[in-house]
Amino acid sequence: MTDRLLIEESAVNAAAPGAEALPPAAPPPEAPARSQWRDIWRQFRSHRGAMVALVMFVAIILFVTVGPLVWTIEPTFVDIRARNQGFSAAHPLGTDQLGRDLLARLMAGGQVSLAVGLTAMAIALSLGSLIGISSGYFRRLDAPLMRLTELFLALPLLPLLLLMVTLFREPLGKAMGPAGGTFLLIVGAIGVTSWMQTARIVRGEVLGLKEREFILAAKSIGTPAPRMILRHVLPNVVSPIVVAATLGIATAIITESALSFLGLGFPPDFPTWGRLLYDAVDQMQMYPWRVVLPGLLISLTVLSVNYIGDGLRDAMDPRIRKR
Amino acid sequence: MLSFALRRLLLAIPTLLFISLVIFLLLEASPGDPLGDVPLTVPPEVKERMREALGLGQAWYIRYVLWLKQFFWVEPLYWFDRAFGTGFSEGMQRIISFQSRSPVFDVIAQRLPQTLTVVGMSYLIGVLIAIPIGIVSAYKQYSWFDQIGTFVSMVGFSLPTFFTGVVLIIVFGIKLQWFPSIYDTTLRVTDWDSFAQQVRQMVMPVTVLALYNAAQISRFMRASMLDNLRQDYVRTARAKGLSERIVVLKHVLRNSLIPVVTVIALGLPAVFGGAIITEQVFKVNGLGQLLILAINANDIPMVMTLTFIFAVLIVTFTLIADLLYGVLDPRIRYD
Amino acid sequence: MMIPRPTAPALALAVALPALALPALVTPALAERGGDGELRVLYWQAATVLNPYLSTGAKDVDPASMVIEPLAIVADDGSLVPVLAAEIPSVENGGIAADFTSVTWKLKPGLVWSDGSPVTAEDVKFTADYCMDPAFGCAVLAEFEGIASVEALDAQRVRLNFDAPRYAPLQAFVGGRTPVLQKAQFQPCMGAAGASCTAQNFGPVGTGPYRVTEFRPGDVAVFEINPHYRDPAKPAFDRVTVKGGGDAMAAARAVLESGEYDFAWNLQLPPESVAAMEAQGKGRLVASFGSMVERIELNQTDPSPDLPAEERSTRAHPHPVLTDPAVRKALSMAIDRPLLAELTYGPAGKPTCTIVPVPAAYASGRDDCLAQDIEGAKTLLDEAGWLPGPDGIRAKDGRRLSLLFQTTVNPVRQDVQALVKQWWSEIGVETELKAVDGASFFGGDPGNPDSQQKFHADAQMFTDAFYIPDPASFLNKFVCSRIPSAENQWQGNNSVRFCDEGYDAGIAELHRSAEPEKRQEIAKRLTDMLTAEGNYLLPLVHRGMVSAHAGSLQGVAPNGWEGQLWNVADWSRAE
Repeated sequence: MTDRLLIEESAVNAAAPGAEALPPAAPPPEAPARSQWRDIWRQFRSHRGAMVALVMFVAIILFVTVGPLVWTIEPTFVDIRARNQGFSAAHPLGTDQLGRDLLARLMAGGQVSLAVGLTAMAIALSLGSLIGISSGYFRRLDAPLMRLTELFLALPLLPLLLLMVTLFREPLGKAMGPAGGTFLLIVGAIGVTSWMQTARIVRGEVLGLKEREFILAAKSIGTPAPRMILRHVLPNVVSPIVVAATLGIATAIITESALSFLGLGFPPDFPTWGRLLYDAVDQMQMYPWRVVLPGLLISLTVLSVNYIGDGLRDAMDPRIRKR
Repeated sequence: MLSFALRRLLLAIPTLLFISLVIFLLLEASPGDPLGDVPLTVPPEVKERMREALGLGQAWYIRYVLWLKQFFWVEPLYWFDRAFGTGFSEGMQRIISFQSRSPVFDVIAQRLPQTLTVVGMSYLIGVLIAIPIGIVSAYKQYSWFDQIGTFVSMVGFSLPTFFTGVVLIIVFGIKLQWFPSIYDTTLRVTDWDSFAQQVRQMVMPVTVLALYNAAQISRFMRASMLDNLRQDYVRTARAKGLSERIVVLKHVLRNSLIPVVTVIALGLPAVFGGAIITEQVFKVNGLGQLLILAINANDIPMVMTLTFIFAVLIVTFTLIADLLYGVLDPRIRYD
Repeated sequence: MMIPRPTAPALALAVALPALALPALVTPALAERGGDGELRVLYWQAATVLNPYLSTGAKDVDPASMVIEPLAIVADDGSLVPVLAAEIPSVENGGIAADFTSVTWKLKPGLVWSDGSPVTAEDVKFTADYCMDPAFGCAVLAEFEGIASVEALDAQRVRLNFDAPRYAPLQAFVGGRTPVLQKAQFQPCMGAAGASCTAQNFGPVGTGPYRVTEFRPGDVAVFEINPHYRDPAKPAFDRVTVKGGGDAMAAARAVLESGEYDFAWNLQLPPESVAAMEAQGKGRLVASFGSMVERIELNQTDPSPDLPAEERSTRAHPHPVLTDPAVRKALSMAIDRPLLAELTYGPAGKPTCTIVPVPAAYASGRDDCLAQDIEGAKTLLDEAGWLPGPDGIRAKDGRRLSLLFQTTVNPVRQDVQALVKQWWSEIGVETELKAVDGASFFGGDPGNPDSQQKFHADAQMFTDAFYIPDPASFLNKFVCSRIPSAENQWQGNNSVRFCDEGYDAGIAELHRSAEPEKRQEIAKRLTDMLTAEGNYLLPLVHRGMVSAHAGSLQGVAPNGWEGQLWNVADWSRAE
């Protein structure tokens, strides 16, 4: 029954999800904003780590999107005569125990893993930031929202996910087609169950922030709440959000593979990085590269998102930018 | 602050009752079956009998109220009796697990030691290494120490414990044979030898978990330190001629701890919840493994009790975190 | 390491096969009790209770079998061997009544419980009453089916009276799932009290070679020698630890690679990795074959999501495609069972064409499905009017041969699914795969759409088995009245929804027949109706239970009918 082991640990640790590559600190789209964006970009470019990471991230995205157009073997095609092969011209990264091409599977798997990871994080991060800021900023919302957070933290993830599958798989599949329905279900499931840590952290920061002089000053000149939040509060809580985002992309990718053990994921023959990694662990000693490759891709993705996040945060910090 | 704490404690009671109701309904509605493991050859009539014997014949609200009574009345009485030799709980039914048909709390008590030692220790070690790493990484941003720290923690975090655990077992358990790959829960520490054995069997699971936790906490520590190091008050403090040490460790660190306190406060209840994969990989068989077994078997009383205790801990620790915010940043006021 | 090793599974099979011949060679090591130290056994699914009347999972029954014993067990060849009984009842020795309305068991003389008190017929009678108590919810109640009353004739003899003639009368108290309990110990556990009798359920007093010293549900069980065990020369090991937890791969490593444990149970693993581990020489694999057969069921009713929930997969709507015998036959012909068994199960599986592979006398022995015939399948579909469309998928009257194929989440099953999908695609059948969480799939919750009873798919795959060397009650589940439907809250176990008057009549005849030859002939005929002739069920692999044991452990013998620890009293440590 190793099948379902993954899940709960993700439940415990997955609390840090959610991210877009771009922190939602975008100022209102007014005319001067353009030059501000250019400033950010200039500062970002001077951050060497971030630029390397950006190139790597783009390369990974090209690998999973353009790759399948070049390398056209079906990732689910079973060729028993070619099973367990090493690196060769016909199969540059070898084949698995059923003779499926590993390169094709890594490309196809990356599409799902990246899409799920980024979208689920975006959902979790937006939810977490929204709830965290509302709760920290508006005193009246604090108690109900934090009790809601506690409720979500306490819910056992596995039965919750199983219930979601039962209730929503077929209706969603009908409405959006099988692939779209599954995608929505997965990102929804991960997003809805992993915003809580972000919310708590953001709230903690906002609680302190809103007593600071510059906020009080802005308030005293009558700045309306939405503007306060967008201009003054949000930019100052970007740091923990960026960290939550980078940590979250890792957990979302792994959680996606965990979901497939509930029958929640894509059809079982469809690869994702997390599932490729999990399936290969048992045969680690005989076929180490089958573990190493998906593990490497996940790590590279997470690392590059981390450095991009670092660079962005530095670039957006006016105190640094003006240096 | 005191009145705030009291108010929150009072509010916690309806909150927890509501949470328990939601958990119960969730378990009721989720598509599992306590008899899912019963062989297919068992006829439906027999299954129906077994279901009734588990008390599943009654309506859900009756079972919910029964559970509430058992949790809040019978169990405390039982443990009171155990402590003082009284007999208040005689003849009362305690919460019984569907799987083992034994009182849920007895099993939890059995599992608590190994979870607290292994998971608790790993959390402690994780925090102890994460905070200094986070501080140094931020203070010397983009130094080689920071770069290596970032790399290790990101890779460590992105590789799931089902992978790192197995790698450790293959290298240190099988190839080198330094540490046992299977945790012996019957081991009793009575002398130096058994203590050494206990340490040996804890090394691998604790390492895996500590790295995982440290990676997460150190990132938040670093980010928060970085934010604060750039604040004006740091410049002021330095201008006042305070030593670097005092500036960083007293002023910056204290102000940077809020997100870290949040993460740790959310992590501590998880210590009780156990670490499901790591416990499975090393056969620690603590509370995490108990919970996953119970969920797989749809052992509703067990899952319900474990998750509810978990909920109590979450509510408690978030309250503690909220109180700590006020200590760390006196500007934060609750009223 | 990168060299393809096509021979690895074959090698593993070659190693496993001589092991099957082992029991004849095994002689009790030294005629002395104890002295071999601790036996360390790893069950990666941990025992949660040591009373088979509460849980029939192998994880629970196997450890319990070291402590509590039945009257007789089933040997590997399907014959019965007395354990607590002095002899196996038969019509000849008068144990079975001439009219098949009762069975009289006689206990071995001088048996004592591990607490020193004598075992009597009263204990057997008590155990039967304990299980049959309507308030109890006995997990093996089906084995006591038809028993009207139990009488202790004297201290040694007990009679089970049936309510009607039973022609397969040796069922209760045969096999480790129905052991004899001590009346004195379990008396307070009658009826509703039985479910929470923790002390008894965790530490039953028994007659077996060991007794429980410590039990932690879901974790570990520790046993020591029963000082009153009837064979003074056994067992050889002083202590047995049965540790649970982890997964099959970790268990295999602990026995075959690190040598930390002596025995690991149920290793359903990629054949090559196990073979590679075995090649290191620290331990050996043993496969035992019972009645487990992995099969695909082809839904005879329409699972279309467009139908109202109450009518999905019910007989009101016959399946638009799979009711065509040609389609079913072609689906079966496209599968290469020998290759499938070798690639995915290795030493743990043999290709099969029947759902009743054992006992040999009941197995129909058909093997005409073993050779894959893609071309034949295509021709068959062509002739039946299923012609390939522009996308290569066959269709007839606007109905496409497109199937949803579900099974539980399990790496081996997912490999089988992928292979089958590939073969079916070669004959122009499109397959969508679905994997369901095991607890949902086998759970009988009427509100759960993913259960195997609801069968909201066109094909599904799982393993089925029976525990008594007579398949009558197993075949009984494919009668029309057992089809799951809204009326019976989806509780029937004829999940394939097969319904045939001739079959139902055959089952009735089977239940009325006493002569073994006739029973065997009917059973074979009925099995063929389901499989080789009708192809409603597509048997794939006859699955064995693979265990690993340390090279130093002697006496391990396979038995597909009983638990893996069935002869633990004979185990010993080689010098």
